[in-house]
Amino acid sequence: MISADLTIILPETLLAGFALLALLWAVYSSKDKAASAMVWLTSAVFVALAGWIASTGGGTQVAFGGMFVDDGFARFAKVAILLSAAVVLAMSEGYMSARGLLRFEYPVLVALSAVGMMMMVSAGDLMALYMGLELQSLALYVVASLRRDSVKSTEAGLKYFVLGALSSGLLLYGASLVYGYAGTTLFSGIIQTAQSGHVSIGLLFGIVFLISGLAFKVSAVPFHMWTPDVYEGSPTPVTAFFATAPKVAAMALFARVLHDAFGAAISDWSQIVALLSVLSMFLGAVAAIGQSNIKRLMAFSSIAHMGYALMGLAAGTVFGVQAMLIYMAIYVTMNVGTFAFILMMEKDGQPVADISALHMYAKREPGRALAMLILLFSLSGVPPMLGFFGKFYVLRAAYDAGLAWLAVAGVVASVIGAFYYLRIVYFMYFGDDNTDGLDGGKSPVLWGVLALSAAIMVLGIGNMFGVEAAAALAAASLVN
Amino acid sequence: MENIILFAPLVGSLLCGFGWKFIGESAAMWVATGLLFLSAALSWVVFLTFDGVTEHIQILRWIESGSLSTDWAIRMDRLTAIMLIVITTVSSLVHLYSFGYMAHDPQWHEGESYKPRFFAYLSFFTFAMLMLVTSDNLVQMFFGWEGVGVASYLLIGFYYRKPSANAAAIKAFVVNRVGDFGFALGIFGLFYLTDSIRFDDVFAAAPQLAETQIAFLWSEWNAANLIAFLLFVGAMGKSAQLFLHTWLPDAMEGPTPVSALIHAATMVTAGVFLVCRMSPLMEFAPEAMMFVTFLGATTAFFAATVGLVQTDIKRVIAYSTCSQLGYMFVAAGVGMYSAAMFHLLTHAFFKAMLFLGAGSVIHAMHHEQDMTNYGGLRKKIPYTFAAMMIGTLAITGVGIPLTHYGFAGFLSKDAIIESAFAGGTAYAFWLLVAAAAMTSFYSWRLIFLTFYGAPRGDQHTHDHAHESPMTMLVPLGVLSLGAIFSGMLWYSSFFGHADQVGKFYGIPYAEAAAHGDGHADDHGDDHATDSHAKDDHGADGGKGKDKHHYVFTGQPGEGALYFAPDNHVLDDAHNVPNWVKVSPFIAMLAGFVMALWFYIWNPSLPARLAANQRPLYLFLLNKWYFDEIYDALFVNPAKKLGRFLWKRGDGDVIDGGLNGVAMGIIPFFTKLAGRAQSGYIFTYAFAMVIGIAVLVTWMTLSGGAH
Repeated sequence: MISADLTIILPETLLAGFALLALLWAVYSSKDKAASAMVWLTSAVFVALAGWIASTGGGTQVAFGGMFVDDGFARFAKVAILLSAAVVLAMSEGYMSARGLLRFEYPVLVALSAVGMMMMVSAGDLMALYMGLELQSLALYVVASLRRDSVKSTEAGLKYFVLGALSSGLLLYGASLVYGYAGTTLFSGIIQTAQSGHVSIGLLFGIVFLISGLAFKVSAVPFHMWTPDVYEGSPTPVTAFFATAPKVAAMALFARVLHDAFGAAISDWSQIVALLSVLSMFLGAVAAIGQSNIKRLMAFSSIAHMGYALMGLAAGTVFGVQAMLIYMAIYVTMNVGTFAFILMMEKDGQPVADISALHMYAKREPGRALAMLILLFSLSGVPPMLGFFGKFYVLRAAYDAGLAWLAVAGVVASVIGAFYYLRIVYFMYFGDDNTDGLDGGKSPVLWGVLALSAAIMVLGIGNMFGVEAAAALAAASLVN
Repeated sequence: MENIILFAPLVGSLLCGFGWKFIGESAAMWVATGLLFLSAALSWVVFLTFDGVTEHIQILRWIESGSLSTDWAIRMDRLTAIMLIVITTVSSLVHLYSFGYMAHDPQWHEGESYKPRFFAYLSFFTFAMLMLVTSDNLVQMFFGWEGVGVASYLLIGFYYRKPSANAAAIKAFVVNRVGDFGFALGIFGLFYLTDSIRFDDVFAAAPQLAETQIAFLWSEWNAANLIAFLLFVGAMGKSAQLFLHTWLPDAMEGPTPVSALIHAATMVTAGVFLVCRMSPLMEFAPEAMMFVTFLGATTAFFAATVGLVQTDIKRVIAYSTCSQLGYMFVAAGVGMYSAAMFHLLTHAFFKAMLFLGAGSVIHAMHHEQDMTNYGGLRKKIPYTFAAMMIGTLAITGVGIPLTHYGFAGFLSKDAIIESAFAGGTAYAFWLLVAAAAMTSFYSWRLIFLTFYGAPRGDQHTHDHAHESPMTMLVPLGVLSLGAIFSGMLWYSSFFGHADQVGKFYGIPYAEAAAHGDGHADDHGDDHATDSHAKDDHGADGGKGKDKHHYVFTGQPGEGALYFAPDNHVLDDAHNVPNWVKVSPFIAMLAGFVMALWFYIWNPSLPARLAANQRPLYLFLLNKWYFDEIYDALFVNPAKKLGRFLWKRGDGDVIDGGLNGVAMGIIPFFTKLAGRAQSGYIFTYAFAMVIGIAVLVTWMTLSGGAH
């Protein structure tokens, strides 16, 4: 029995073991000198694990009495998490080593947080959920303040930690309420309590608190306020990481909790999620307009995007989950490319985050500007870029579920949001020519990632490289 | 052969319009012109060899949609054949003429290329017009109908740098839309009632339509009458009949060859053609036909009165066209479609020639169009003068009364006036006679003002007046042949006895064995008819006209035209009293003498008369104030509404709303969101706590309640 359980969690075990071994080895040997190699190695391990998970057979397997679920949904999320983490690691290496930031703890922490994320998306129990969440979060708190000598970076880490602790408290409070009213922490048990009769008000309170805790992780309004500060303060590769893998994990966990544990109370949580969604979309769109720092801008952008993903979730249907997964996959791809671009923004070896530095960028770097233009169009949802189809899916899911008002709000918000994306395009192509431009940023890795990401936005229109079908399978395995 | 006739102009248009950059300007123009001459030659072959039996030549399957199924096909019958020669002959001559007329146009800058475009438009127009007249069904006809509308629009607005030309083009287009709306409704109605748009099916269904009632707007109508009326509304628009005529005079903004081709000979006669084409339906719609007669006669009279006082040479001819179209509609309205087509044919020749002659005068006078600045030009431009003279003799109807010798207009116009009398409408008859007098007056006035008297206006222009090149004179010569002989040549075919007309149009006819009803009474004074017969058919001795009497026996859809069994207008028209036959001639003489008196013997008289009768003069000069009334009734309210929607609706509400949101509200919230992002942990934590409080409260109120 126990061996079967262990087989199911083998990928997580292996990754955890790798992280521990790497830590031990680095501590007792070359320390930071091996950091570069470790980053690449970790990245390679991520890719290998993702390949392995993707290739293992279908079906749903449950381990440890239901605490750990390995189903299509979890596998989809894990592949997305591992691949995006791998790409972000690969992007970080050059940037961090150039600035003396590359410490051997970085890949280890990322690996550990990846273990936590994998745990999250496979959680079948409130305990497992919390365990995964905390493992992920603790690693991220540390990574946020990786640049120990920078006030901003440490401030970011501290803010993230304190607010994260508050959100964990809310989540725990919700979990205990749920346990109190359902008598079990297993999702499969909770859903039965709800199905047997009407949902008690205590359970509803529990749901609200759980949702609040999770909303903090996906940075949905009004639990979003840490996001801009942390994104700005953290080293840019870390920001790129924050914007991608953990978002996928948190969103997947969100979906799992809502459907696996509270699938009988869809009408109750749907309105909460819809509210979070609409608030996030609008605040993300409106607040980003005022930003001149591209990292803060991307923070609000990700808040808005989480709003759209939540829209799919608010539908409460299989198609809604599918739409959310597709949206997240596209979102991650776009963001990886965009951050590759941001990582290349430097002048005299110093990173630049002000968007006014992009004036007439197209003149100096037509290729990069074009790739960025495609990504920005995609982010704002201009057809025929892939980003449009992501939005289209969630809007359709919301509309089909009778949330037409939410879909309309989403469209309005995307129109508002288009402004700040297009403003960057404007700067790049039509801005003033007399400002000091950027230079450098000749990393082939970053350029490759940027070009690849932009290419996917254009070429993926046909079949999204199979993501659509995979997301449909994953969604079907979650909602049943 | 018919296919070549139809598509040669299209090919010419495309080659000329798009290919001139590759083959050169003049090559392109010659290609278009050459193809049209080919088309014209073949048309004459078709016309002369045609045996009167209707043919359908399928080009392609066209529409398959539910029960709407139709071919793209050519309906080849006498009507089509007549229109083919009219269109291709005039068009090819106008193409040729344009070489000279458009050679040095002051509207264009040096080096600008406009001629291939002009020729391409002309050829395109010809194609669309051929499409219209060869159509085998109503939708195909509508396609051609709109095609000529587009071509007309493009050509009226050819001088696009002139605001007045643009305005005229838009006016023509918009006014025609009104008519087209009626036409389209008529087509819809026919399809609704007969489930087909093919002419054959529609014609066959005409007798049933006459017994069908249909609800339309506020009332029940007889289907045949309603449809006939709606179709006629379309014809009114295209043929510039009263109330929808306002675009035609303005259309003179286009180059003169365009006026000759489109606004005299072909497009404006499309309405007449439509009524004749639909004769099987019209025959079952007596009330609608009464309206056609009434409106045609009124238009003929109205336009002639306005023509009396205009001074722009082209506008005089334009009003004359409008008036002559009224004649044609009267003929069609009283059931004498053949006479309408006859006048259409002769009118095409002499009116195209008048326009081209006017163009020649304008060309000679360096684009001066005001007749008050002409005078004494007959020595300067003798050939043009001769052509204009022939045209005037034709349009005023000079001929030998009570015989069939005369200029084209003499025969066809008299045929119409006799038909109008025989059709029993005194109103139409007297109006037409009055219009004939006025036609004569304004036509001679044009001649006298232009070619006689002392030169007026700019001396320099007069000194340099010169005869036009051969490319312009040859078309005039060819057309003058038509203006002289076309009436005498085809009189018997169009307006002879029933057997001749029947043979010409392919309508079955039979000898009336015992025609005893009604009109046998006035058969007694039949000697006039008999004398005709002898004149016509001196050689044709096989038929003794005294004893043989023929009636049309065809069913609707057989032959090119349909005459109901009770339609005796042809017969009656031949038997009208002599004073009726002579009346148009007398009217013509009266008009001529008046013109002579006004402009040769006593040239100061017109000015004094205008001063004495100032209100009447202004009334006529301002075209019965139609434009002013329409401006007040339709144009200005529409403009006001448009301005309101533009300024208030679009500008204030939409733009203002969006600007308000985009530049006021959203920045406000952006600022607010920026301020909320204070950077302090306690603010952030507070926001989270507030958030959860709100969520819990909401959940309690909404979710917990049930």
